Amino acid sequence: MRQVAILGVGMTKFGISEKTNLEMFAEAGLDAITQSNIEPKDIEALYFGNCLGGFEEGQLHMAPFAHSELGLPVAAPATRFEAACATATVATRHAALLVGAGVYDVVLAGGTERATTMGTPLATRTFAMASQAQYECPAGITFPGVFAMAAHMYANKYGIPLKELKRHMAGVAVKNHYHGSMNPKAHFQKEIDVETVLGGMMVADPLQLFDCCPFSDGAAAVVVAEAGRAKDLVKKPIYFAGMGQASAGPLNLQQDLTRIRAREASISQAYSESGLGPDDIDVVELHDCFTIAEILALESFRFYDFGKAYDAATRGETALKGKIVINPSGGLKSKGHPIGATGAAQLTEIVEQLRGESGPRQVEGARVGLVDTLGGDFGTVCNIILRS
Amino acid sequence: MEYKLTFDQYQQGLEQEEFSGLQCNACNTLTFPPLGVCRNCGGADLKVTRISGNGTLRTFTVIRVAPEGMKPPYVVAMVELEEGAWVTGNLVGIDPDEADMSLIEKKVKLGSQVVKGDTYSAGDSRVVTFSLIE
Ligand SMILES: [Zn+2]
Repeated sequence: MRQVAILGVGMTKFGISEKTNLEMFAEAGLDAITQSNIEPKDIEALYFGNCLGGFEEGQLHMAPFAHSELGLPVAAPATRFEAACATATVATRHAALLVGAGVYDVVLAGGTERATTMGTPLATRTFAMASQAQYECPAGITFPGVFAMAAHMYANKYGIPLKELKRHMAGVAVKNHYHGSMNPKAHFQKEIDVETVLGGMMVADPLQLFDCCPFSDGAAAVVVAEAGRAKDLVKKPIYFAGMGQASAGPLNLQQDLTRIRAREASISQAYSESGLGPDDIDVVELHDCFTIAEILALESFRFYDFGKAYDAATRGETALKGKIVINPSGGLKSKGHPIGATGAAQLTEIVEQLRGESGPRQVEGARVGLVDTLGGDFGTVCNIILRS
Repeated sequence: MEYKLTFDQYQQGLEQEEFSGLQCNACNTLTFPPLGVCRNCGGADLKVTRISGNGTLRTFTVIRVAPEGMKPPYVVAMVELEEGAWVTGNLVGIDPDEADMSLIEKKVKLGSQVVKGDTYSAGDSRVVTFSLIE
């Protein structure tokens, strides 16, 4: 495999947007292309992420339209990826694989989502379509519901009183909102406290409103290129050190929801390919769609033993200047979660961190960063380790 | 290869209060709900079998913000069957507001109930329910 790098990144502000999916993606894509010191005609393929365009705007087959918005050559194929919330990470991994294999030299990857057009009931319904439609979805399971079941299982398995676990989960939300308060592109840019989290409306017991990420609009994109080209074009290319992706089926096969099988397989591939381990990672953007999700991920990556990460945020270990900085962007929780774009936004944050461009939320001296994106009810996990 | 136990056949079983699964002729593992192959060894030599319908509740949640078309609050739970397989369904016969951690590890009996189809699904279907055994 050839060495592969990210040349440039771009993302819109996340939040509630009046812009269309295509308009948002054009903004992010053109920013990534401009930052890469290339032109749209130099792009050889577009790996485009979008999950719910059919419900948001009545638009399927969005990839070729995104391709036209950016003025890409007709000979450059545009392909849509859908892996629920992990969509853009999976798209980027495949871009890096094909560049590594020598099929292409320069590929644009990313995604867009305009979830807020749907409103909460339809958005909740369409997100639940990522659960198994015959045997699980009809029980009325929701995304918060899946992670809520994981939280109850965690409390029971490790003998942690639910009240205590919830206080520490609230600590995750507080920490990520603190980080997000320094991110001008975040959906929410204000700090919250533990009392706010514990006073929120119940969504799916034991998850309350502030345990949950929002429905957001936004787009993000990255330019992936062969490393030799990268050095000629930009001052600070950021290199792919290792990647992983794994799949698991319905919840009834996963059983122990405190151990994310697909993530354990995916991170093991990424650690192995990169020759790196948990001690080598300086900064992490991980899938904190719900507060409990961040706790589970910390354990999958072996930053903590199983059953031991639940109080990491309240101990200050995962905040800026902490032992291992988790979600300096604010994470999905505060930055927002336009599902088809999320992975590319996580990559954007890590690229900027490794270039030393993150301003007040810069992790000093960060050289190796990890991206983690989880799709559906733990069915897809994709990990990308980047280095400067 | 012909699919051994289709969703439609499984649904017809639920209507008769029969819970059909697949027993693997190679490793004896029960696959429930059905899949194309054995959930343990991947083998396709399977026979349709009936399960006891007894299990232990492993986790749950109370859904308070529901998908379009569903009426909250209701309880979603995961149960480990006597035969080893797990299944997702609705805990019924209790007030959702009374649901708490003491439910975990309680013994339950399987049943089923009809869920109305919506614009996006392939019509009405039956979903597994769980009732606490006193
Ligand atoms: Zn078998």
